[in-house]
Amino acid sequence: MKTPSVIPIVDTVLELVDVVREYEGEPPVRAIDGVSLRIDRGELVAIAGPSGSGKSTLLNLVGTLDRPTSGRVLIDDVDTSELTDNALAGLRAARLGFVFQQFHLLAGMTAVDNVAAGLLYRGESLRSRRARSKHALARVGLDHRLGHTPNTLSGGERQRVAIARALVGEPAIVLADEPTGNLDSKTSAEIVDLLHGLHEEGSTIVVITHDQEIAAGLPRQVVVRDGRIESDSALVESSLSGVGR
Amino acid sequence: MSSRLARRRRGPWRSRLRPRDVLATGTVGIRTRRARSAFTALGIAIGIASMVAVMGISSSSKADLLAELDLLGTNLLQIQPGQNTFGEAATMSPDAPSMIRRIGPVQSASSIAAVNATVQRSDVVPSSTKNGIQLLATEVNLTETLGASAAAGRLHDEASIQLPTVVLGAVAAERLGVDDVSNGPRVFIGGRWFDVIGILEPLRLNPDIDRAALIGLETARTVFGVEALPSTIYVRTTPAQVEAVRDVLARTASPGSPNEVQVSRPSDALAARAEVDENLQNLLLGLGGVALLVGGVGIANVMVISVLERRAEIGVRRALGATRAHIRNQFVVESTVLSLLGGILGVTLGFVVTTVYARRQGWLVDLPIQGLVFGVLAALLIGAFAGLYPAVRAARLDPAEAVRPAA
Repeated sequence: MKTPSVIPIVDTVLELVDVVREYEGEPPVRAIDGVSLRIDRGELVAIAGPSGSGKSTLLNLVGTLDRPTSGRVLIDDVDTSELTDNALAGLRAARLGFVFQQFHLLAGMTAVDNVAAGLLYRGESLRSRRARSKHALARVGLDHRLGHTPNTLSGGERQRVAIARALVGEPAIVLADEPTGNLDSKTSAEIVDLLHGLHEEGSTIVVITHDQEIAAGLPRQVVVRDGRIESDSALVESSLSGVGR
Repeated sequence: MSSRLARRRRGPWRSRLRPRDVLATGTVGIRTRRARSAFTALGIAIGIASMVAVMGISSSSKADLLAELDLLGTNLLQIQPGQNTFGEAATMSPDAPSMIRRIGPVQSASSIAAVNATVQRSDVVPSSTKNGIQLLATEVNLTETLGASAAAGRLHDEASIQLPTVVLGAVAAERLGVDDVSNGPRVFIGGRWFDVIGILEPLRLNPDIDRAALIGLETARTVFGVEALPSTIYVRTTPAQVEAVRDVLARTASPGSPNEVQVSRPSDALAARAEVDENLQNLLLGLGGVALLVGGVGIANVMVISVLERRAEIGVRRALGATRAHIRNQFVVESTVLSLLGGILGVTLGFVVTTVYARRQGWLVDLPIQGLVFGVLAALLIGAFAGLYPAVRAARLDPAEAVRPAA
């Protein structure tokens, strides 16, 4: 963990301001109901909550796959609500990395090419994409599986490939949606260890999970219920210690 | 929302896909679903192949007919007596050939006269047995006028035409069982033996000669005691003057009653066959077009299914930074490449079918290059068009919805 020096340098990567997401209907369904949240560079945050609490909607909003009905989502100090659809695609290509519960690897493609696909929409050359891909696979401990296709990999290995794909472009934030949801407990623990390791190397990671145990193991927990933030361990700590983050 | 849309900025980040990667991404679906891709492309291939084959076969057949016409010449005319004003069979004067020969551009003219006598293999065949062989009395220059040549033996000359000798047409020789003249075969004509001195090659323009036995006019007179009147006069003209000769032929052959003779050109029948083929070609092309359309619908169908199946992939690509345009282009490229592969296969197949068929028919192989270009272009357009709707649907998928696990 970084220990703040004399003056704490606050470098905000993600900020949500009064975010509301309503789905049309009679009456309208408010999936996210006024969420404000700040995540700084280098944090490893769990967003926890029971199913239906709105945490997946929150992830989609943070990942710019969805737009808020009102409120603002800022990534790298840029207000995403002001960006065109194509600009958001560019933002995702450059600044965000996604990890999904179902891994969502591209069938029939090798691990190297799956990870390289993380750089595809940045317009990098294939050669450079593959080189960086191999490096990212080494970081997740899969440098011995470069030429394997997803159907010849175990669940844990597939999720490692997916994590490497999210990491390969050095994104501002890695968003992981139930990354252990499809894995047994032993493999889950390995994936959580991997996330801790990457966090220590400096990556900013947001993990969405309904698993209390996994959430508790992460440095910061944000609990969501009924579209609102029920608790945020960072705020509790700061209010207890009386020191602003 | 709309006022907000107007203010939206392009932001500091760009999503970019290299042209090479556009192609690579567009062919991922084909490379990872080979069997399905092959079957889909086959639909287009069959349509293109049938159209190319129809064009190639009809063009080869036409080229062959025209080459044959060139060889046979279109400068042969024939005159036959028709009917007089009372509906009775008209006749032509025996002097007609010599009068026709006086027309300047006429190279040669020669008459045949039907003689009423049976032509039989031997004297033991009952005379009531019909074999459809016509006995014709001819002038010595008939074979020259028709451009006929001997398949076996020799043709009539000034000497042999005075003797009881006969030259058989190709079909007549076959029916009489004569295929060789070296052992001095004879046939029994009108109660007399005739020596067969030669057999003609088949005549494309004059199939009636193929079924005839030819003897001299003089022989017909001395042996059968008949004064045969010309039943047909063949006229070979200089190629440039065919129409001019044609115009004066009736009046020359029958000065008193030009209406009673009919002038025709045997090669016209052959030329007409090329025209008939054109109608058939259009029909077959239409059928090929329908096959192609079905192939196109097949591609569109497979692409729609593919988009449904690949929701997750589309969602992931959007999450990785693909724009809607990138997704749309991916599917348009996929369907275009698929169809193009089918088109190339189809053109190849069509070419092979044309070559094999034309060779079997003994034709020249003539496949217009436009046909091949057309085949490939048609496939390209059909693929792009068929892929457009599925691609737009793929691009419109809500990415948040698409990455969600299927319920």
